[in-house]
Amino acid sequence: MADQQDFAKQAMEFAPQLYSAALRMTRNPADAEDLVQEAYLRGFRSFHTFQEGTNLRAWLFRILTNAYINNYRAKQRRPQESDLGEIEDLYLYRRLGSMETAAAAMSAEEQFLDLFTDDEVKQALEDLPDNFRLPVLLADVEGFAYKEIAEMLDIPIGTVMSRLHRGRKAMQRALYEYAEARGLTQPLDDEAADS
Amino acid sequence: MANCNETIRELDAFLDGELSDDVRAHIHRHLGECTDCLQAFDFQAELKLAIRRKCTTDELPPGLLGRIEMCFDADFDDDGVIGPA
Repeated sequence: MADQQDFAKQAMEFAPQLYSAALRMTRNPADAEDLVQEAYLRGFRSFHTFQEGTNLRAWLFRILTNAYINNYRAKQRRPQESDLGEIEDLYLYRRLGSMETAAAAMSAEEQFLDLFTDDEVKQALEDLPDNFRLPVLLADVEGFAYKEIAEMLDIPIGTVMSRLHRGRKAMQRALYEYAEARGLTQPLDDEAADS
Repeated sequence: MANCNETIRELDAFLDGELSDDVRAHIHRHLGECTDCLQAFDFQAELKLAIRRKCTTDELPPGLLGRIEMCFDADFDDDGVIGPA
């Protein structure tokens, strides 16, 4: 049995990751702080159920995710289940050609994806509806396996995969729209190129 | 050997490390011979890394760690609420 007194020693190192994830979930710093505090308190109180030798980080993220779903999701006005419409595969990759000029203007040390600011990427993630945002956050940012995400969200693995796939495409479309809004894209006229 | 459509269909699971060894090897062989698919995979892999990098730059609010540790000390009656209920 895990000793409650060890909890602080072992669990506090995950606070920055949990806070960052909480920010993506709640979309505001005050709620994120409350959520992280609540997750730690819940973890502290139920630490006797934690099996030593298993993944403490995944255990804490599961508590955080549950606390968010139970306490915050209900308060938000956005619909819980929503659709994103049809988005083609490789959405951003297929549009790289229209961003060549912007990419060419970058310094040699910069990576192409640094065209997008941290805030734009965070915003693109935060703008996803909950049912897509949580799988993308847990997989792409936190690196959890499909099975772990399925357990955290209490949905089948197949649902994790389809929501991840569609959520990722929607994020790419949002990023491309930011690039368009900043004038980083040029219309690609296929017919002109062919003639 | 896998064709391009099959390969792109497995892109997510491949990059997420969720494919069985034999399917993974199958896709790997195709990527070794198809520059188009390899470039698409490379881009998606970079995008995934960039999302992680850019979504983890938040600073922990000053004092949050202290407030959390205070919870551990103050929840004497073990009801999940700090101080008297």
